[in-house]
Amino acid sequence: MKFSVDNRGYYGDFGGAYVPEMLHPNVEELRTRYLEILNDEGFREEFYGLLHDYVGRPTPLFFASRLSDHYKTRIYLKREDLCHTGAHKINNTIGQILLARRLGKMKIIAETGAGQHGVATATVCALMGMECTVYMGQLDMERQRPNVERMRILGATVVPALSGNMTLKDATNEALRHWINRPTDTHYIIGSVVGPHPYPDMVARFQSVISEEIQKQLMQKEGNPYPDTVIACVGGGSNAAGAFYHFLEDEHVQLIGVEAAGKGVDSGHSAATTVLGKPGVIHGSKTLLMQTADGQVVEPYSISAGLDYPGIGPLHAHLFQTGRVSFQHATDDEAMEAGLELSRMEGIIPAIESAHALATLKKNQFDPDDVVVVSLSGRGDKDLETYIGWKPKNDE
Amino acid sequence: MGAERLTELFGQNPSGLLSVFYTAGFPQLDDTVQIGRQLGAAGADLIEIGIPFSDPIADGPVIQDSNKVALSNGMTVPKLLDQVRELRNTVSIPVILMGYLNPVLQYGFDRFCKDASDAGVDGLILPDLPLDEYESQYRETVDRYKLALIFLVSPTTAEERIRRIDGLTTGFIYAVAANSTTGARQAFSEEQVQYFQRLKNMKLKHPFLIGFGISDHPSFTTACQYGAGAIVGSAFIGMLKNSGDKLQGIEEFVKSLKPA
Ligand SMILES: Cc1ncc(COP(=O)(O)O)c(C=O)c1O
Repeated sequence: MKFSVDNRGYYGDFGGAYVPEMLHPNVEELRTRYLEILNDEGFREEFYGLLHDYVGRPTPLFFASRLSDHYKTRIYLKREDLCHTGAHKINNTIGQILLARRLGKMKIIAETGAGQHGVATATVCALMGMECTVYMGQLDMERQRPNVERMRILGATVVPALSGNMTLKDATNEALRHWINRPTDTHYIIGSVVGPHPYPDMVARFQSVISEEIQKQLMQKEGNPYPDTVIACVGGGSNAAGAFYHFLEDEHVQLIGVEAAGKGVDSGHSAATTVLGKPGVIHGSKTLLMQTADGQVVEPYSISAGLDYPGIGPLHAHLFQTGRVSFQHATDDEAMEAGLELSRMEGIIPAIESAHALATLKKNQFDPDDVVVVSLSGRGDKDLETYIGWKPKNDE
Repeated sequence: MGAERLTELFGQNPSGLLSVFYTAGFPQLDDTVQIGRQLGAAGADLIEIGIPFSDPIADGPVIQDSNKVALSNGMTVPKLLDQVRELRNTVSIPVILMGYLNPVLQYGFDRFCKDASDAGVDGLILPDLPLDEYESQYRETVDRYKLALIFLVSPTTAEERIRRIDGLTTGFIYAVAANSTTGARQAFSEEQVQYFQRLKNMKLKHPFLIGFGISDHPSFTTACQYGAGAIVGSAFIGMLKNSGDKLQGIEEFVKSLKPA
């Protein structure tokens, strides 16, 4: 298994658990217990039961015929946007809250960028009757208002992160600080395949239900569980990790991860970590990281709050380094155009994050009988204001 | 050279040591040397200089803010090393650099240890450097340049792990007083005092200094009843930020904690 985490918590050169001593007992408790808990029969029953009855899984694998005609290939959309709360994030929060209960932790904290992970966390906390605190950058609170209100309606406390650029990175810092201050009764539900080991592996396992279902659904629809290509956007990389998971060892399946280029990879306003990043340590793991020559973390930029992160999960750093996944980029404009195109062509308004994945359809060559699966990680309801305010370039 | 200053200081079963932490390049870029000198003159026993970082996850608001100001003042690792070199001309007490791992890795771990050692640094505290990685990848380099590497223990560190840390640390152990980020706080709780007593009873090979939340004479004195001394950070940085006359402020601060 070339792409699994090793027993030291690394994917090749990346990963590990670079945390201060105050967090060591928490991370160590997770490390020693997560596999035993995840593999427990009772846990699996409860996890899959909730995914089915509460989240609404399996999510459809929809053959997008008009989009397919347009791009002259066979495009399927994995409809994570139809999950309860509107994105794939809830697959992970269901898993982690069940785990937290088995660890005897009754309080939950989380960070959020677009607010999707925050909403998904607030939702499962309401479901389980647990106290929920969500850290969110002040800037993100402004650009994702509806999600802030949703979290509050669900009973969560939303705390603005006021440090740094006041986006996802800073919210994550605040959540880690909170955890340092309340280590014994609190579980930190990280929202992507980032953070110290075992988080990246744990979150990838919870999200792997995405590719597990893709395999079954393709078997039914195409008589073959393997697509030719899978495309997913990469912020921290959780929907991509989930969509790639069961295909990683099958090298004939082409995997494409799409990062946010913002205003252009070289514009100084970008979140394209694989191009702009170097190995470094952030939020507890060694990974690719956008940083200055002096090792200060650079503030990324993307129109989509969920992709506005200066690193990627260590698994993805490894997939990039080994060449297993082709990392590509989409600018703000390309993503917005692709989002509108899907809206008009298939009647689906995607999250702007997911629109980045769609934007690479026109940049790749596919054969007419290729099967291309796009991870439609979330729906665009939270992004309506951005869609409304956005003017196509050729309209100006 | 290097760790020897620490070995000397800690070799003779010391007590009542005051170690002061401040962020390099704060409040002004060039204050680092002056502050260190004045600390030495006022009677501090060790100096810990923080390497500013954009994402200090173990720090509370005061030190976060000092990091931010220092970075916007233009502080960098090479500048910091120049300042330490200058400080070394006039200050003979041990100087320790404390910082997050990333800036050190970008500078190059080997090169950093070499240049720090040349500049007269005695030891390093890298709170997010894991023990395993230290043993397998970095220890040899640290030893080669005769630097001390000081590890942290916290109230939730298990006894077995404290023993392991005692085996790996050089000079002393940094006993974090509470499960918290850095920052001045109220008097020690009963639980904290029990934890200090527990550490003392363990009869570790290395002495320990207690840090996090030490802000005044009473908390300093309590810490010194259990450990070889205490480390003050946020309270000192808060003073630097608010005091009109920095040099006088430093002298008064040191004297108030540790009357001669
Ligand atoms: C809809 C959607 N897709 C993707 C992402 C990016 O996260 P990840 O890369 O972990 O899937 C987010 C993050 O908030 C999101 O809300």
